[in-house]
Amino acid sequence: MKVTVTINGTAQTADIEPRKLLVDFIRTELGMTGTHIGCDTTSCGACTVLLDGTPIKSCTMFAASADGHEVQTVEGLKNGELHPLQVSFKQNHGLQCGFCTPGMMLVGKALLESNPSPTDDEVRWAISGNLCRCTGYTNIVKSIQAAGAAIEGN
Amino acid sequence: MYPPAFEYWSPKSLDEALTKIQELGHDGRVLAGGQSLIPMMKLRLAAPANLVDINNLTDLAYVRADNGHLAIGALARHADVVDNDHVKTISPTMASAAPWVADPLVRNRGTVAGSIAHCDPEGDWNSVMLAVGASVVATSTSGQRVIPIGEFVVDFFTNSLVEGEMVTEVRIPRPTGSAGGAYLKLERKIGDYATAAVATFLDLASDGTIANAGVALTAVASKNLKVVEAEQMLIGQTPSPELFADAAAVAAAACDPESDVRGPAEYKRAVINAYTKRGLAKALVQAQGGAS
Amino acid sequence: MTTTHDPITTFEVGGVGHSVLRKEDDRFVQGAGNYVDDIVLKGMLHMAILRSPVAHARILGIDASEAEAMEGVVAVVTGAMLEGYNLAWMPTLSGDTQAVLATDKVRYQGQEVAAVIATDPYIAKDALGAIFVDYEELEAITTPQQSLTTETLIRDEKEGQTDNVAYTWEAGDAAITDAAFAAAHRVVSLESHYPRSHPSPLETCGCVSDVNPITGQVTIYLTSQAPHAHRTLFALVAGLPEEKIRIISPDIGGGFGNKVPIYPGYVVATAASLVIGKPVKWVESRSENIISTGFGRDYHMTGSLALDENNRITGMRAAILSDQGAFFADAQPTKFKAGLFHICTGSYDFGAAHVTAKGAFTNKAPGGVAYRCSFRVTEASYLIERLADKAAHEIGMDPAEFRELNFIKKEQFPYHSPTGFVYDSGDYHGAMTLAKEMIDYDGWREKQRDQDPNGKLIGIGIASFTEVVGAGPSKDYDIVGLKMFDSAELRVHPTGKAILKLGVKSQGQGHETTFAQIVAEELGIAANDIKVIEGDTDNTPYGLGTYASRSTPVGGAATAMVARKLREKARKLAAHLLEASEDDLEWEVGKFSVKGSPESFVTIQDIAFAAYTNHPEGMEAGLEGVHYYDPPNMTYPFGTYIVVVEVDQDDGTWEVVDMVAVDDCGVRINPMIVDGQITGGLTEGFAKANMQWISFDDAGNCIGSNFMDYLVPTAWETPRFKLGETVTPSPHHPIGAKGVGESATVGSPAAYVNAVVDALWSRGVTNIDMPVLPHRVWGALNGVDVKP
Repeated sequence: MKVTVTINGTAQTADIEPRKLLVDFIRTELGMTGTHIGCDTTSCGACTVLLDGTPIKSCTMFAASADGHEVQTVEGLKNGELHPLQVSFKQNHGLQCGFCTPGMMLVGKALLESNPSPTDDEVRWAISGNLCRCTGYTNIVKSIQAAGAAIEGN
Repeated sequence: MYPPAFEYWSPKSLDEALTKIQELGHDGRVLAGGQSLIPMMKLRLAAPANLVDINNLTDLAYVRADNGHLAIGALARHADVVDNDHVKTISPTMASAAPWVADPLVRNRGTVAGSIAHCDPEGDWNSVMLAVGASVVATSTSGQRVIPIGEFVVDFFTNSLVEGEMVTEVRIPRPTGSAGGAYLKLERKIGDYATAAVATFLDLASDGTIANAGVALTAVASKNLKVVEAEQMLIGQTPSPELFADAAAVAAAACDPESDVRGPAEYKRAVINAYTKRGLAKALVQAQGGAS
Repeated sequence: MTTTHDPITTFEVGGVGHSVLRKEDDRFVQGAGNYVDDIVLKGMLHMAILRSPVAHARILGIDASEAEAMEGVVAVVTGAMLEGYNLAWMPTLSGDTQAVLATDKVRYQGQEVAAVIATDPYIAKDALGAIFVDYEELEAITTPQQSLTTETLIRDEKEGQTDNVAYTWEAGDAAITDAAFAAAHRVVSLESHYPRSHPSPLETCGCVSDVNPITGQVTIYLTSQAPHAHRTLFALVAGLPEEKIRIISPDIGGGFGNKVPIYPGYVVATAASLVIGKPVKWVESRSENIISTGFGRDYHMTGSLALDENNRITGMRAAILSDQGAFFADAQPTKFKAGLFHICTGSYDFGAAHVTAKGAFTNKAPGGVAYRCSFRVTEASYLIERLADKAAHEIGMDPAEFRELNFIKKEQFPYHSPTGFVYDSGDYHGAMTLAKEMIDYDGWREKQRDQDPNGKLIGIGIASFTEVVGAGPSKDYDIVGLKMFDSAELRVHPTGKAILKLGVKSQGQGHETTFAQIVAEELGIAANDIKVIEGDTDNTPYGLGTYASRSTPVGGAATAMVARKLREKARKLAAHLLEASEDDLEWEVGKFSVKGSPESFVTIQDIAFAAYTNHPEGMEAGLEGVHYYDPPNMTYPFGTYIVVVEVDQDDGTWEVVDMVAVDDCGVRINPMIVDGQITGGLTEGFAKANMQWISFDDAGNCIGSNFMDYLVPTAWETPRFKLGETVTPSPHHPIGAKGVGESATVGSPAAYVNAVVDALWSRGVTNIDMPVLPHRVWGALNGVDVKP
């Protein structure tokens, strides 16, 4: 079947099997490999994308269901210059191996849109659908808070 | 992991959806949020021949206060009932449970109605619904019927829908008096299913006695368990720690948990006992106008 | 950020002691990392593996005809086919052999039985369902205790193997230890199981194998922590010429020891590519990762301490029964069959210790990898720190005071331990003092004394660990015969920018930054002007890879040494440029000047340019070198962690309400990265103490085979940590660094458990094994046996 999904602002059409997961559509059909796969059970959030602005796990959605919708991936964060989240993850050592990072940043983006200066607990709650094995989360929380402050400051 | 192949239908209206569901019969399955179904398909534990995707039926994505009840449409996501004013006003039990269903991202996609229809005994919503006396609206090409939740939840992953029907709405009755409720869930981490959980609901009459009560349990029986005996003990009584302790003991005795890696049956009973007491106490504070 | 090391370089140069931002992050934050699963080659096929559903069974037959006939299926590979290439079995890292695809029996649930090669991963997965295997089930041996008494022989194929014993080993002196126990005033004992756990990096294991049918060139993109060692092993296993094998380990999404072994999937994918003549990709699912690849721990430990009348420890006994799974595949030095478990005397000063170890085969996945750990030091540290706490409680002494009484003193270093280690340096009292002060230890003890006995119970737990990392001196340390040196190759280009190539391989530790900082420190070239390359066997010097916290102690030392070699050549060039004698020159960061006339100098950039444009007659051109570093000793990081918990008596849940971690890893190269390593390690330590484990039912079914059942903490459950540091440089490491990636995983589990047991001690609870799950706490409080 043909589906058209607007990815990072560009409409992308592909002929796919209905069973094709959104994450595989993004990674293999479109060749955008910033969205990762870390588990089989909707547990880890490495595949997080924004569906019409809302973070979801793209391993647990068929690409067919995204037909006509807008999806944002990590590749869409940079807009000429790095997004404040990208800057703050780097400045606050919010990543180590980088595998969970795209998901964490996208959840952070959605959070900051509704809550520009979240508390430590609010950030932790928001990212509790995303696993990180490297950082122990402390610096991810700091990164998201710092990005919020940077966005507010502008 | 990769799901097996299926035929995909994406109706643009409820009528179209119902016609397709009717036509496919047992060969079709409704895809709403898919947060339980798709993982099962990826693990090849489910292999439906047809999926009827209802995500385009955006008219059903509502949470609203109708006459006498809170109405939750088939496409309302778990996230839609978190921190929702209608939910907080009409169903404190539901408001208490909402943040503890799955994880934040799953809540953005999974639906309340889909989770209720799934009838997983480890699922949270059916305990809430049993405690507050909800009902489920089942719709087919031949019309609608309203099924009390106690009749809807049949058994382990089994509901009482008949061929051609889908859940289009869930209704939670408005309390008559001053109400409070809680959902206390023991989970090992965010995103975990409950080891055990208790939904409590108290609706107080103007004299302070309990006009209506609900107690229902998660993950301690082959289905979510409404503890009618405990509810009957509470109704008509003046709330007290002793009364709650008695009701909790009844709840603990009523459940039939399995021993597994989450703990022995004896432990889960102890948790049910403790959480029923705590949940009723929290519900009471809230019903009496204090902070929950 | 605090640091006690005053940098000698400016922040712009970014040498040791600066929190230089990570060079690797620009690509990661833009989703431009390049992990194995991101690699797509022309004509690439996809592989899926059929795994045994049962723990122990004879294979009577495999019928793959239906799968082979499916559209999109290119081939189905079985063990029988691999036998034709002599590839059905492969060596493990502990000298055993392991089945690649099972031929005779399956020996654990999840074992590799057949593989489908298809044009699409969805089709490959579909085809697995069309392969039919006839199993005759055998008794499943699920515990090492059962393994040692049963008649069932798990390794019936192995010549000379008449029982289920994988190895026996001992260390220390039995007679001296017996004497210490005979003279003891008191003996404190503990039986404990350190449960089977899994590193579970967020990226699973996988490869893309590309065998060029024309040239015979084998290129394998591999999730590898040790690409050079893997290349050599591939050459030995497959009989391929080593120069034709190129392993590329691209960005790695976490390793933690999981990516040290070679797995059957890699071998099958490579064999398939060789036979089919097209690239083959294999990427595990999470379930496959957890049920079949290298687990950690699974040690059943019995330990005792002998104490004299002054509460001084005088001796220690430890006996280990390890659950090896079906093959002995521990990733560890050949000489040490129980890894470095014999470091189990920890931070304490006593002269007698004896350790015995026995490994048993069971019908479980093989592994025994050093999960964020230096070869079983984690188990050792756990045992001694639990024993120390138990001893203090039994005596009725404060656990901090008991430790302080028994610590090795600062002036005793280098310290010879009774099991043969020579601790390089330490200040255990200093770390303890700081930790107590930071957490207000006395204040918490007071709160504990005054608490409501019916409310939540406060517990305070301490662990004062000593680690042993940086394997290692080649006289003692090798992996399958390969000595554990490591290497660095440094080339400074004419414009003064440099490329550094290493034998180690980052999996998130930030090597591209840290190792550039070492060069910056030694040569004064800005860290940002130094490109670091790892993980490509064609383009880096030979090394043993990154695990066991060895990169900084060994690869980092090699980096400092090669930079110093270049500095010596730079001195000659400078003498030429300044027309002075070498002896008259002095070095300060980034330049040589003439003694007494500081205005007369040349910078390292001037010198680099001269090395290519104006080198003196008779001198080799260029400014480059290589160094293979064979460390003279291991390094011994240490620290004290203190945890305060509150235990809910109703449901047995416990929460960390305060935690301080004081680490001493010697000189900190990049304090920001060091703190990140510690925070990550504390979290994995918490995971193991609180929730994370793999168990099996009596039939050998793996419980905990995916992220719904194998529990990894989220940000919500993870405690909030306070970090402190002391700095005791390693006297033998060129820059005094000790390694830090694993300290917190090694040290912290005992602290958490000690805290929970401390909370419950007055209720008669003396031990709860990890993970300290709520039902176990409740069972301990209520006297109910809740196993597992």
